[in-house]
Amino acid sequence: MTTELRTGEAVAPAGGIVRSPAAAVPLRTPLVRRIPWTLLVFIVMATVPWLGSRYDTFLAAQIVIDALFAVSLNLLLGTTGLVSFGHVAYFGVGAYVCGILMKTYGVPFVIAFPAAGLGAALFALVSGYFCVRLIKLYFAMLTLAFSQIVWAICYKWNSVTGGDQGVPEIPYPHLHWMLSLPGCGDLSIGDRFYLLALVLVAVSLAVVHRIVRSPFGRVLTTVRDNPERAAFLGINVRAYQLASFVVAGGFAGLAGALYGIFSRGVFADYVFWSKSAEVIIMAILGGMEFFWGPPVGAAALVWLNQAITDYTQYWPFVLGTILLILLFVFPGGIVGGLVAGFRLIQRVGRRRLSPRHA
Amino acid sequence: MTPLLGVEEIYSAYGLSRVLFGISLEVFAGECVCLLGRNGVGKTTTIRSVMGLLRPSSGRVVWKGTNITGWAPHRVARAGIGFVPEDRRVFAELSVLENLTVAAHAARRSGRWTTDAVFELFPKLHELRNRQSGFLSGGEQQMLTIARTLMGNPELLLLDEPSEGLAPLVVDSLLEQVGELKRQGLTILLAEQGVEFSLALADRVYVLERGAIRHTGPSAELRDDPALRDRLLAL
Repeated sequence: MTTELRTGEAVAPAGGIVRSPAAAVPLRTPLVRRIPWTLLVFIVMATVPWLGSRYDTFLAAQIVIDALFAVSLNLLLGTTGLVSFGHVAYFGVGAYVCGILMKTYGVPFVIAFPAAGLGAALFALVSGYFCVRLIKLYFAMLTLAFSQIVWAICYKWNSVTGGDQGVPEIPYPHLHWMLSLPGCGDLSIGDRFYLLALVLVAVSLAVVHRIVRSPFGRVLTTVRDNPERAAFLGINVRAYQLASFVVAGGFAGLAGALYGIFSRGVFADYVFWSKSAEVIIMAILGGMEFFWGPPVGAAALVWLNQAITDYTQYWPFVLGTILLILLFVFPGGIVGGLVAGFRLIQRVGRRRLSPRHA
Repeated sequence: MTPLLGVEEIYSAYGLSRVLFGISLEVFAGECVCLLGRNGVGKTTTIRSVMGLLRPSSGRVVWKGTNITGWAPHRVARAGIGFVPEDRRVFAELSVLENLTVAAHAARRSGRWTTDAVFELFPKLHELRNRQSGFLSGGEQQMLTIARTLMGNPELLLLDEPSEGLAPLVVDSLLEQVGELKRQGLTILLAEQGVEFSLALADRVYVLERGAIRHTGPSAELRDDPALRDRLLAL
Protein backbone atom coordinates (compact mmCIF):
# COMPACT_ATOMS: atom_id res chain seq x y z
CA MET A 1 0.00 0.00 0.00
CA THR A 2 2.80 2.37 0.85
CA THR A 3 4.56 1.91 -2.47
CA GLU A 4 1.39 2.76 -4.27
CA LEU A 5 1.11 6.01 -2.37
CA ARG A 6 4.71 6.88 -2.89
CA THR A 7 4.58 6.66 -6.65
CA GLY A 8 2.56 9.82 -7.10
CA GLU A 9 5.06 11.94 -5.24
CA ALA A 10 8.31 10.45 -6.51
CA VAL A 11 10.52 11.42 -3.56
CA ALA A 12 13.17 13.82 -4.75
CA PRO A 13 16.74 12.56 -4.63
CA ALA A 14 18.86 14.03 -1.89
CA GLY A 15 22.58 13.88 -1.25
CA GLY A 16 23.78 10.94 0.76
CA ILE A 17 20.37 9.45 1.26
CA VAL A 18 19.57 6.03 -0.12
CA ARG A 19 16.31 6.02 -1.97
CA SER A 20 13.98 3.10 -1.76
CA PRO A 21 13.65 1.07 -4.97
CA ALA A 22 10.02 2.08 -5.46
CA ALA A 23 10.91 5.75 -5.44
CA ALA A 24 13.81 5.21 -7.79
CA VAL A 25 11.53 4.26 -10.66
CA PRO A 26 10.21 7.54 -12.07
CA LEU A 27 6.54 6.97 -12.73
CA ARG A 28 4.65 9.03 -15.23
CA THR A 29 1.96 11.25 -13.84
CA PRO A 30 -1.32 9.61 -14.82
CA LEU A 31 -2.98 11.12 -17.89
CA VAL A 32 -5.98 12.28 -15.86
CA ARG A 33 -3.73 14.38 -13.69
CA ARG A 34 -2.10 16.13 -16.63
CA ILE A 35 -5.30 17.47 -18.12
CA PRO A 36 -5.87 21.07 -16.95
CA TRP A 37 -9.38 20.35 -15.68
CA THR A 38 -10.04 23.72 -14.13
CA LEU A 39 -9.15 25.56 -17.33
CA LEU A 40 -11.32 23.19 -19.35
CA VAL A 41 -14.31 23.67 -17.09
CA PHE A 42 -13.82 27.44 -17.23
CA ILE A 43 -13.74 27.42 -21.03
CA VAL A 44 -16.83 25.22 -21.26
CA MET A 45 -18.70 27.46 -18.81
CA ALA A 46 -17.62 30.56 -20.75
CA THR A 47 -19.14 29.26 -23.98
CA VAL A 48 -22.61 28.75 -22.49
CA PRO A 49 -24.03 32.14 -23.67
CA TRP A 50 -23.10 31.28 -27.27
CA LEU A 51 -23.86 27.58 -27.36
CA GLY A 52 -26.70 27.29 -24.86
CA SER A 53 -30.17 28.75 -24.57
CA ARG A 54 -31.04 31.72 -22.40
CA TYR A 55 -32.28 29.29 -19.82
CA ASP A 56 -28.95 27.45 -19.85
CA THR A 57 -27.16 30.73 -19.13
CA PHE A 58 -29.58 31.35 -16.28
CA LEU A 59 -28.78 27.94 -14.76
CA ALA A 60 -25.05 28.36 -15.33
CA ALA A 61 -25.08 31.73 -13.53
CA GLN A 62 -26.85 30.16 -10.58
CA ILE A 63 -24.35 27.30 -10.48
CA VAL A 64 -21.35 29.63 -10.66
CA ILE A 65 -22.60 31.87 -7.84
CA ASP A 66 -23.65 28.93 -5.65
CA ALA A 67 -20.24 27.34 -6.28
CA LEU A 68 -18.49 30.32 -4.70
CA PHE A 69 -20.97 30.34 -1.80
CA ALA A 70 -20.42 26.60 -1.21
CA VAL A 71 -16.62 26.92 -1.42
CA SER A 72 -16.69 29.73 1.14
CA LEU A 73 -18.72 27.51 3.47
CA ASN A 74 -16.31 24.64 2.92
CA LEU A 75 -13.45 26.77 4.19
CA LEU A 76 -15.21 26.39 7.55
CA LEU A 77 -16.71 22.93 7.10
CA GLY A 78 -13.99 20.98 5.29
CA THR A 79 -10.83 22.93 6.06
CA THR A 80 -11.34 24.20 9.62
CA GLY A 81 -13.86 21.64 10.85
CA LEU A 82 -16.48 24.17 11.94
CA VAL A 83 -20.12 23.39 11.17
CA SER A 84 -21.91 26.67 10.55
CA PHE A 85 -25.71 26.60 10.30
CA GLY A 86 -25.87 30.31 9.61
CA HIS A 87 -23.57 30.89 6.68
CA VAL A 88 -26.37 32.50 4.69
CA ALA A 89 -26.14 35.55 6.99
CA TYR A 90 -22.88 36.64 5.30
CA PHE A 91 -24.24 35.85 1.86
CA GLY A 92 -27.23 38.03 2.74
CA VAL A 93 -25.18 40.89 4.19
CA GLY A 94 -23.13 40.92 0.97
CA ALA A 95 -26.26 40.92 -1.18
CA TYR A 96 -27.87 43.76 0.78
CA VAL A 97 -24.69 45.86 0.98
CA CYS A 98 -24.09 45.61 -2.77
CA GLY A 99 -27.78 46.02 -3.63
CA ILE A 100 -28.40 49.02 -1.40
CA LEU A 101 -25.18 50.74 -2.48
CA MET A 102 -26.01 50.33 -6.17
CA LYS A 103 -29.74 50.97 -6.04
CA THR A 104 -30.15 53.59 -3.31
CA TYR A 105 -26.82 55.41 -3.54
CA GLY A 106 -25.91 54.81 -7.17
CA VAL A 107 -22.47 53.50 -6.28
CA PRO A 108 -20.76 51.76 -9.23
CA PHE A 109 -20.30 47.99 -9.14
CA VAL A 110 -16.50 48.24 -8.97
CA ILE A 111 -16.85 49.72 -5.49
CA ALA A 112 -20.07 48.04 -4.34
CA PHE A 113 -18.77 44.52 -5.05
CA PRO A 114 -15.63 44.67 -2.86
CA ALA A 115 -17.64 46.63 -0.29
CA ALA A 116 -20.06 43.69 -0.06
CA GLY A 117 -17.18 41.33 0.69
CA LEU A 118 -15.71 43.70 3.26
CA GLY A 119 -19.09 44.31 4.91
CA ALA A 120 -19.77 40.60 5.20
CA ALA A 121 -16.25 39.95 6.54
CA LEU A 122 -16.67 42.70 9.12
CA PHE A 123 -19.97 41.26 10.28
CA ALA A 124 -18.34 37.81 10.39
CA LEU A 125 -15.63 39.29 12.62
CA VAL A 126 -18.21 40.54 15.12
CA SER A 127 -20.43 37.44 15.17
CA GLY A 128 -17.48 35.06 14.85
CA TYR A 129 -15.86 36.62 17.91
CA PHE A 130 -18.69 35.14 19.96
CA CYS A 131 -19.24 31.95 17.95
CA VAL A 132 -15.67 30.58 18.22
CA ARG A 133 -15.95 30.75 21.99
CA LEU A 134 -18.32 27.79 21.77
CA ILE A 135 -17.69 24.35 20.34
CA LYS A 136 -19.48 21.87 18.12
CA LEU A 137 -23.27 21.94 18.39
CA TYR A 138 -23.22 25.12 20.49
CA PHE A 139 -21.12 26.82 17.83
CA ALA A 140 -23.59 25.69 15.17
CA MET A 141 -26.57 26.94 17.20
CA LEU A 142 -24.99 30.34 17.76
CA THR A 143 -24.25 30.77 14.05
CA LEU A 144 -27.90 29.92 13.38
CA ALA A 145 -28.98 32.47 15.98
CA PHE A 146 -26.91 35.21 14.34
CA SER A 147 -28.32 34.39 10.92
CA GLN A 148 -31.86 34.61 12.26
CA ILE A 149 -31.03 38.00 13.77
CA VAL A 150 -29.84 39.15 10.36
CA TRP A 151 -33.02 37.81 8.79
CA ALA A 152 -35.18 39.62 11.34
CA ILE A 153 -33.35 42.90 10.70
CA CYS A 154 -33.67 42.53 6.93
CA TYR A 155 -37.35 41.68 7.27
CA LYS A 156 -38.28 44.53 9.62
CA TRP A 157 -35.95 47.47 8.90
CA ASN A 158 -38.20 48.92 6.20
CA SER A 159 -36.37 52.20 5.67
CA VAL A 160 -33.09 50.54 4.69
CA THR A 161 -33.74 47.00 3.53
CA GLY A 162 -37.24 47.53 2.20
CA GLY A 163 -38.56 44.96 4.67
CA ASP A 164 -40.89 42.47 3.04
CA GLN A 165 -40.55 44.25 -0.32
CA GLY A 166 -36.77 43.87 -0.33
CA VAL A 167 -34.54 45.89 -2.64
CA PRO A 168 -35.98 45.32 -6.14
CA GLU A 169 -34.56 46.27 -9.51
CA ILE A 170 -30.91 46.49 -8.67
CA PRO A 171 -29.22 47.93 -11.78
CA TYR A 172 -26.79 45.80 -13.76
CA PRO A 173 -23.18 46.97 -13.75
CA HIS A 174 -22.09 48.92 -16.85
CA LEU A 175 -21.02 46.27 -19.29
CA HIS A 176 -21.45 48.07 -22.62
CA TRP A 177 -17.75 47.80 -23.27
CA MET A 178 -18.13 44.06 -23.67
CA LEU A 179 -20.20 44.58 -26.83
CA SER A 180 -17.19 45.98 -28.64
CA LEU A 181 -15.19 42.81 -28.04
CA PRO A 182 -15.00 40.48 -31.06
CA GLY A 183 -17.85 37.99 -31.13
CA CYS A 184 -19.68 39.62 -28.21
CA GLY A 185 -21.77 42.06 -30.27
CA ASP A 186 -25.11 40.36 -29.76
CA LEU A 187 -24.82 39.28 -26.12
CA SER A 188 -27.74 40.29 -23.89
CA ILE A 189 -27.06 42.12 -20.64
CA GLY A 190 -27.85 38.91 -18.76
CA ASP A 191 -25.21 37.07 -20.79
CA ARG A 192 -22.67 39.80 -20.18
CA PHE A 193 -23.32 39.79 -16.45
CA TYR A 194 -22.98 36.02 -16.44
CA LEU A 195 -19.53 36.30 -18.02
CA LEU A 196 -18.50 38.94 -15.49
CA ALA A 197 -19.74 36.73 -12.63
CA LEU A 198 -17.90 33.74 -14.09
CA VAL A 199 -14.60 35.64 -14.15
CA LEU A 200 -15.07 37.09 -10.66
CA VAL A 201 -15.97 33.68 -9.24
CA ALA A 202 -12.99 32.05 -10.98
CA VAL A 203 -10.64 34.63 -9.48
CA SER A 204 -12.24 34.22 -6.03
CA LEU A 205 -11.93 30.44 -6.22
CA ALA A 206 -8.28 30.76 -7.18
CA VAL A 207 -7.70 32.98 -4.15
CA VAL A 208 -9.50 30.57 -1.80
CA HIS A 209 -7.50 27.71 -3.29
CA ARG A 210 -4.28 29.59 -2.56
CA ILE A 211 -5.43 30.27 1.00
CA VAL A 212 -6.21 26.58 1.62
CA ARG A 213 -2.77 25.54 0.32
CA SER A 214 -0.88 28.29 2.20
CA PRO A 215 0.79 27.79 5.61
CA PHE A 216 -2.24 29.55 7.07
CA GLY A 217 -4.49 26.93 5.46
CA ARG A 218 -2.28 24.15 6.78
CA VAL A 219 -2.68 25.48 10.30
CA LEU A 220 -6.47 25.45 9.79
CA THR A 221 -6.21 21.77 8.85
CA THR A 222 -4.35 21.00 12.07
CA VAL A 223 -7.02 22.87 14.03
CA ARG A 224 -9.67 20.72 12.35
CA ASP A 225 -7.76 17.46 12.92
CA ASN A 226 -7.17 18.03 16.61
CA PRO A 227 -7.64 21.42 18.28
CA GLU A 228 -5.92 20.27 21.47
CA ARG A 229 -2.80 19.09 19.69
CA ALA A 230 -2.71 22.31 17.68
CA ALA A 231 -2.96 24.31 20.90
CA PHE A 232 -0.02 22.70 22.66
CA LEU A 233 2.15 23.35 19.62
CA GLY A 234 1.49 27.02 20.23
CA ILE A 235 -1.42 27.62 17.85
CA ASN A 236 -4.04 30.03 19.14
CA VAL A 237 -6.96 27.88 18.05
CA ARG A 238 -9.69 30.47 18.52
CA ALA A 239 -7.77 33.14 16.65
CA TYR A 240 -7.34 30.85 13.65
CA GLN A 241 -10.96 29.75 13.77
CA LEU A 242 -12.02 33.38 13.82
CA ALA A 243 -9.72 34.22 10.90
CA SER A 244 -11.21 31.36 8.91
CA PHE A 245 -14.71 32.53 9.83
CA VAL A 246 -13.96 36.06 8.60
CA VAL A 247 -12.45 34.92 5.29
CA ALA A 248 -15.34 32.51 4.69
CA GLY A 249 -17.83 35.27 5.51
CA GLY A 250 -16.13 37.68 3.11
CA PHE A 251 -16.30 35.29 0.17
CA ALA A 252 -19.91 34.40 0.99
CA GLY A 253 -20.59 38.16 0.84
CA LEU A 254 -19.08 38.36 -2.65
CA ALA A 255 -21.28 35.47 -3.77
CA GLY A 256 -24.29 37.24 -2.26
CA ALA A 257 -23.48 40.47 -4.09
CA LEU A 258 -23.45 38.62 -7.42
CA TYR A 259 -26.65 36.78 -6.56
CA GLY A 260 -28.53 39.99 -5.77
CA ILE A 261 -27.75 41.44 -9.19
CA PHE A 262 -28.33 38.12 -10.94
CA SER A 263 -31.83 37.75 -9.51
CA ARG A 264 -32.60 41.45 -10.05
CA GLY A 265 -33.28 42.16 -6.38
CA VAL A 266 -32.48 41.28 -2.78
CA PHE A 267 -35.20 39.93 -0.53
CA ALA A 268 -35.37 38.80 3.09
CA ASP A 269 -35.97 35.24 1.84
CA TYR A 270 -32.33 35.04 0.77
CA VAL A 271 -31.24 35.29 4.38
CA PHE A 272 -33.63 32.67 5.71
CA TRP A 273 -31.99 29.73 7.47
CA SER A 274 -33.14 27.13 4.95
CA LYS A 275 -30.62 28.59 2.52
CA SER A 276 -27.85 27.75 5.01
CA ALA A 277 -29.04 24.16 4.96
CA GLU A 278 -29.03 24.20 1.18
CA VAL A 279 -25.39 25.25 1.00
CA ILE A 280 -24.40 22.59 3.55
CA ILE A 281 -26.17 20.03 1.33
CA MET A 282 -24.17 21.29 -1.68
CA ALA A 283 -20.89 20.82 0.18
CA ILE A 284 -21.77 17.33 1.42
CA LEU A 285 -23.31 16.25 -1.89
CA GLY A 286 -20.17 17.24 -3.77
CA GLY A 287 -17.70 16.09 -1.12
CA MET A 288 -16.39 18.42 1.55
CA GLU A 289 -12.98 16.75 1.74
CA PHE A 290 -12.18 18.02 -1.73
CA PHE A 291 -11.69 21.59 -2.88
CA TRP A 292 -13.82 20.95 -5.98
CA GLY A 293 -16.45 19.00 -4.07
CA PRO A 294 -18.71 21.93 -3.16
CA PRO A 295 -18.78 23.43 -6.71
CA VAL A 296 -19.69 20.00 -8.08
CA GLY A 297 -22.35 19.75 -5.39
CA ALA A 298 -23.69 23.18 -6.33
CA ALA A 299 -23.92 22.17 -9.99
CA ALA A 300 -25.58 18.88 -9.11
CA LEU A 301 -28.14 20.51 -6.82
CA VAL A 302 -29.10 23.26 -9.27
CA TRP A 303 -29.33 20.83 -12.15
CA LEU A 304 -31.24 18.18 -10.16
CA ASN A 305 -33.65 20.77 -8.88
CA GLN A 306 -34.43 21.89 -12.41
CA ALA A 307 -34.53 18.38 -13.90
CA ILE A 308 -36.72 16.87 -11.21
CA THR A 309 -39.24 19.68 -10.92
CA ASP A 310 -40.00 18.99 -14.59
CA TYR A 311 -41.44 15.63 -13.57
CA THR A 312 -42.72 16.01 -10.05
CA GLN A 313 -43.50 18.67 -7.52
CA TYR A 314 -42.10 16.50 -4.74
CA TRP A 315 -38.54 17.75 -5.28
CA PRO A 316 -37.56 17.73 -1.59
CA PHE A 317 -38.63 14.08 -1.38
CA VAL A 318 -36.38 13.12 -4.28
CA LEU A 319 -33.50 15.22 -2.92
CA GLY A 320 -33.84 13.56 0.49
CA THR A 321 -33.72 10.11 -1.11
CA ILE A 322 -30.65 11.01 -3.18
CA LEU A 323 -28.86 12.35 -0.11
CA LEU A 324 -29.75 9.26 1.89
CA ILE A 325 -28.33 6.92 -0.75
CA LEU A 326 -25.26 9.10 -1.27
CA LEU A 327 -24.40 9.32 2.42
CA PHE A 328 -24.53 5.55 2.75
CA VAL A 329 -22.88 4.54 -0.53
CA PHE A 330 -20.46 7.42 -1.10
CA PRO A 331 -19.74 9.18 2.19
CA GLY A 332 -17.14 11.25 0.31
CA GLY A 333 -19.82 12.81 -1.89
CA ILE A 334 -19.85 12.86 -5.68
CA VAL A 335 -16.17 13.77 -6.01
CA GLY A 336 -15.24 11.24 -3.31
CA GLY A 337 -17.20 8.57 -5.21
CA LEU A 338 -15.49 9.47 -8.49
CA VAL A 339 -12.04 9.38 -6.89
CA ALA A 340 -12.76 6.01 -5.27
CA GLY A 341 -14.07 4.63 -8.56
CA PHE A 342 -11.05 5.89 -10.44
CA ARG A 343 -8.65 4.31 -7.92
CA LEU A 344 -10.52 1.02 -8.21
CA ILE A 345 -10.13 1.00 -12.01
CA GLN A 346 -6.45 1.83 -11.60
CA ARG A 347 -5.91 -0.98 -9.13
CA VAL A 348 -7.71 -3.55 -11.28
CA GLY A 349 -5.66 -2.42 -14.28
CA ARG A 350 -2.44 -2.75 -12.37
CA ARG A 351 -3.33 -6.20 -11.10
CA ARG A 352 -3.96 -7.35 -14.66
CA LEU A 353 -0.58 -6.04 -15.73
CA SER A 354 1.47 -7.30 -12.82
CA PRO A 355 1.84 -11.02 -13.75
CA ARG A 356 3.55 -10.07 -16.98
CA HIS A 357 5.84 -7.59 -15.29
CA ALA A 358 6.67 -9.72 -12.27
CA MET B 1 18.91 28.28 42.57
CA THR B 2 15.33 28.51 41.35
CA PRO B 3 14.06 25.60 39.30
CA LEU B 4 13.10 26.03 35.65
CA LEU B 5 9.79 24.37 36.37
CA GLY B 6 8.17 24.14 39.76
CA VAL B 7 4.98 22.22 40.43
CA GLU B 8 3.61 23.14 43.83
CA GLU B 9 1.02 20.94 45.55
CA ILE B 10 -1.31 20.48 42.59
CA TYR B 11 -4.62 18.68 42.81
CA SER B 12 -6.21 17.79 39.49
CA ALA B 13 -9.40 15.99 38.53
CA TYR B 14 -11.27 14.89 35.45
CA GLY B 15 -14.77 15.98 36.36
CA LEU B 16 -15.57 14.20 39.59
CA SER B 17 -12.79 11.66 39.51
CA ARG B 18 -9.81 13.08 41.31
CA VAL B 19 -6.44 12.00 40.04
CA LEU B 20 -3.70 14.08 41.63
CA PHE B 21 -3.39 14.61 45.36
CA GLY B 22 -0.84 17.31 46.02
CA ILE B 23 1.94 16.62 43.53
CA SER B 24 5.06 18.76 43.99
CA LEU B 25 8.15 18.52 41.88
CA GLU B 26 11.02 20.57 40.56
CA VAL B 27 12.97 20.44 37.32
CA PHE B 28 16.25 22.36 37.07
CA ALA B 29 17.79 23.58 33.84
CA GLY B 30 19.75 20.88 32.04
CA GLU B 31 18.26 18.02 34.05
CA CYS B 32 16.41 14.97 32.86
CA VAL B 33 13.74 14.11 35.40
CA CYS B 34 11.49 11.09 35.18
CA LEU B 35 8.03 10.45 36.56
CA LEU B 36 7.94 6.74 37.13
CA GLY B 37 4.96 4.62 37.97
CA ARG B 38 2.40 2.19 36.72
CA ASN B 39 -0.53 2.87 34.48
CA GLY B 40 -3.09 5.22 36.01
CA VAL B 41 -1.02 6.73 38.81
CA GLY B 42 -1.23 10.25 37.42
CA LYS B 43 1.91 10.71 35.28
CA THR B 44 0.04 11.90 32.22
CA THR B 45 -2.29 14.00 34.33
CA THR B 46 0.68 15.76 35.92
CA ILE B 47 2.15 16.54 32.51
CA ARG B 48 -1.19 17.71 31.13
CA SER B 49 -1.59 19.98 34.16
CA VAL B 50 1.79 21.56 33.45
CA MET B 51 0.89 22.08 29.80
CA GLY B 52 -2.39 23.81 30.62
CA LEU B 53 -4.49 21.09 29.02
CA LEU B 54 -6.04 20.46 32.41
CA ARG B 55 -6.51 23.10 35.06
CA PRO B 56 -5.49 22.01 38.57
CA SER B 57 -8.19 22.66 41.16
CA SER B 58 -5.54 23.95 43.53
CA GLY B 59 -1.79 24.40 43.61
CA ARG B 60 0.50 26.26 41.25
CA VAL B 61 2.63 25.63 38.20
CA VAL B 62 5.59 28.00 38.12
CA TRP B 63 7.71 28.45 35.00
CA LYS B 64 10.94 30.45 35.40
CA GLY B 65 9.47 32.27 38.37
CA THR B 66 6.15 33.11 36.67
CA ASN B 67 2.90 31.53 37.79
CA ILE B 68 1.48 29.92 34.65
CA THR B 69 -1.38 28.00 36.30
CA GLY B 70 -4.47 28.22 34.13
CA TRP B 71 -2.71 29.61 31.06
CA ALA B 72 -4.08 28.45 27.72
CA PRO B 73 -1.92 25.68 26.19
CA HIS B 74 -0.77 27.82 23.27
CA ARG B 75 0.61 30.42 25.68
CA VAL B 76 2.42 27.74 27.65
CA ALA B 77 3.92 26.44 24.41
CA ARG B 78 5.05 29.90 23.36
CA ALA B 79 6.62 30.40 26.80
CA GLY B 80 8.99 27.53 25.97
CA ILE B 81 7.44 24.26 27.11
CA GLY B 82 7.22 21.60 24.42
CA PHE B 83 4.90 18.63 24.78
CA VAL B 84 5.14 15.23 23.09
CA PRO B 85 1.88 13.45 23.87
CA GLU B 86 1.45 9.79 24.51
CA ASP B 87 -0.87 9.08 21.59
CA ARG B 88 1.81 10.59 19.31
CA ARG B 89 -0.64 11.22 16.56
CA VAL B 90 0.67 13.39 13.79
CA PHE B 91 -1.42 15.63 11.53
CA ALA B 92 -2.11 12.73 9.22
CA GLU B 93 -3.17 14.69 6.18
CA LEU B 94 -0.04 16.84 6.09
CA SER B 95 3.34 15.73 4.82
CA VAL B 96 6.26 15.26 7.21
CA LEU B 97 7.73 18.58 6.16
CA GLU B 98 4.39 20.37 6.55
CA ASN B 99 4.00 18.97 10.07
CA LEU B 100 7.34 20.56 10.93
CA THR B 101 6.74 23.92 9.28
CA VAL B 102 3.31 24.28 10.84
CA ALA B 103 4.84 23.70 14.27
CA ALA B 104 7.62 26.22 13.68
CA HIS B 105 5.07 28.74 12.47
CA ALA B 106 2.84 28.09 15.49
CA ALA B 107 5.30 28.43 18.34
CA ARG B 108 6.88 31.70 17.15
CA ARG B 109 10.14 30.92 18.88
CA SER B 110 13.45 31.00 17.07
CA GLY B 111 16.51 29.08 18.15
CA ARG B 112 18.77 26.30 17.10
CA TRP B 113 16.04 23.96 15.86
CA THR B 114 15.36 24.35 12.18
CA THR B 115 14.20 21.72 9.71
CA ASP B 116 17.85 21.05 8.84
CA ALA B 117 18.85 20.55 12.49
CA VAL B 118 15.88 18.26 13.05
CA PHE B 119 16.70 16.21 9.95
CA GLU B 120 20.25 15.82 11.23
CA LEU B 121 18.93 14.27 14.44
CA PHE B 122 16.37 12.15 12.59
CA PRO B 123 17.85 11.35 9.14
CA LYS B 124 14.96 9.00 8.51
CA LEU B 125 12.54 11.91 8.51
CA HIS B 126 14.55 13.65 5.81
CA GLU B 127 14.11 10.62 3.65
CA LEU B 128 10.38 10.66 4.27
CA ARG B 129 9.86 14.41 4.23
CA ASN B 130 7.36 14.48 1.37
CA ARG B 131 5.41 11.48 2.60
CA GLN B 132 1.94 12.01 3.96
CA SER B 133 2.56 11.53 7.66
CA GLY B 134 -0.50 9.37 8.26
CA PHE B 135 1.32 6.60 6.43
CA LEU B 136 4.40 6.50 8.67
CA SER B 137 5.09 3.60 11.01
CA GLY B 138 4.61 3.97 14.76
CA GLY B 139 8.31 4.61 15.39
CA GLU B 140 8.51 7.12 12.54
CA GLN B 141 5.45 8.93 13.87
CA GLN B 142 7.07 9.10 17.29
CA MET B 143 10.18 10.65 15.74
CA LEU B 144 8.04 13.14 13.87
CA THR B 145 6.13 14.06 17.02
CA ILE B 146 9.37 14.78 18.85
CA ALA B 147 10.83 16.62 15.85
CA ARG B 148 7.65 18.68 15.53
CA THR B 149 7.86 19.74 19.16
CA LEU B 150 11.56 20.61 18.78
CA MET B 151 10.63 22.97 15.91
CA GLY B 152 9.06 25.18 18.57
CA ASN B 153 12.50 25.52 20.22
CA PRO B 154 11.35 24.57 23.71
CA GLU B 155 13.50 25.02 26.80
CA LEU B 156 11.74 22.13 28.49
CA LEU B 157 10.56 18.98 26.75
CA LEU B 158 7.66 17.06 28.26
CA LEU B 159 7.80 13.47 26.98
CA ASP B 160 4.78 11.36 27.82
CA GLU B 161 5.50 7.61 27.60
CA PRO B 162 7.66 7.83 24.50
CA SER B 163 8.53 4.12 24.47
CA GLU B 164 4.99 2.85 24.76
CA GLY B 165 3.95 0.44 22.06
CA LEU B 166 7.21 0.57 20.13
CA ALA B 167 9.30 -2.42 19.06
CA PRO B 168 12.44 -2.97 21.22
CA LEU B 169 14.75 -2.04 18.36
CA VAL B 170 12.90 1.21 17.81
CA VAL B 171 13.01 1.95 21.52
CA ASP B 172 16.80 1.63 21.45
CA SER B 173 17.22 4.20 18.70
CA LEU B 174 14.72 6.47 20.43
CA LEU B 175 16.74 6.19 23.62
CA GLU B 176 19.80 7.24 21.69
CA GLN B 177 18.07 10.24 20.15
CA VAL B 178 16.58 11.49 23.40
CA GLY B 179 19.98 10.95 25.03
CA GLU B 180 21.49 13.14 22.34
CA LEU B 181 18.97 15.89 23.13
CA LYS B 182 19.93 15.64 26.77
CA ARG B 183 23.64 15.88 25.96
CA GLN B 184 22.91 19.01 23.99
CA GLY B 185 21.58 20.53 27.19
CA LEU B 186 17.82 20.29 26.71
CA THR B 187 15.86 19.97 29.93
CA ILE B 188 13.52 16.99 29.88
CA LEU B 189 10.61 15.85 32.01
CA LEU B 190 9.76 12.28 31.14
CA ALA B 191 6.83 10.12 32.15
CA GLU B 192 7.49 6.41 31.83
CA GLN B 193 6.39 2.97 32.87
CA GLY B 194 9.48 1.30 31.47
CA VAL B 195 12.14 1.18 34.18
CA GLU B 196 14.99 0.40 31.77
CA PHE B 197 14.18 3.30 29.49
CA SER B 198 13.77 5.86 32.24
CA LEU B 199 16.76 4.82 34.36
CA ALA B 200 18.99 4.96 31.29
CA LEU B 201 18.09 8.59 30.71
CA ALA B 202 17.04 10.25 33.94
CA ASP B 203 19.20 12.04 36.50
CA ARG B 204 16.45 12.06 39.09
CA VAL B 205 13.19 10.20 39.47
CA TYR B 206 9.87 10.77 41.16
CA VAL B 207 7.99 7.56 41.79
CA LEU B 208 4.23 8.10 41.70
CA GLU B 209 1.57 6.02 43.32
CA ARG B 210 -2.18 6.74 43.32
CA GLY B 211 -1.77 10.39 42.47
CA ALA B 212 0.93 11.20 45.00
CA ILE B 213 4.71 11.08 45.08
CA ARG B 214 5.95 8.07 46.96
CA HIS B 215 9.67 8.38 46.49
CA THR B 216 12.15 10.83 45.06
CA GLY B 217 15.88 10.66 44.56
CA PRO B 218 18.68 10.25 42.05
CA SER B 219 18.05 7.52 39.51
CA ALA B 220 21.39 5.89 40.39
CA GLU B 221 19.86 4.89 43.72
CA LEU B 222 17.17 2.86 41.98
CA ARG B 223 19.58 1.52 39.43
CA ASP B 224 21.97 0.15 42.05
CA ASP B 225 19.49 -1.11 44.58
CA PRO B 226 17.26 -3.84 43.10
CA ALA B 227 15.52 -4.30 46.45
CA LEU B 228 14.40 -0.68 46.56
CA ARG B 229 13.33 -0.89 42.93
CA ASP B 230 11.24 -3.96 43.62
CA ARG B 231 9.66 -2.41 46.67
CA LEU B 232 8.69 0.78 44.80
CA LEU B 233 7.76 -0.62 41.45
CA ALA B 234 6.61 -4.15 42.23
CA LEU B 235 4.05 -5.10 39.63
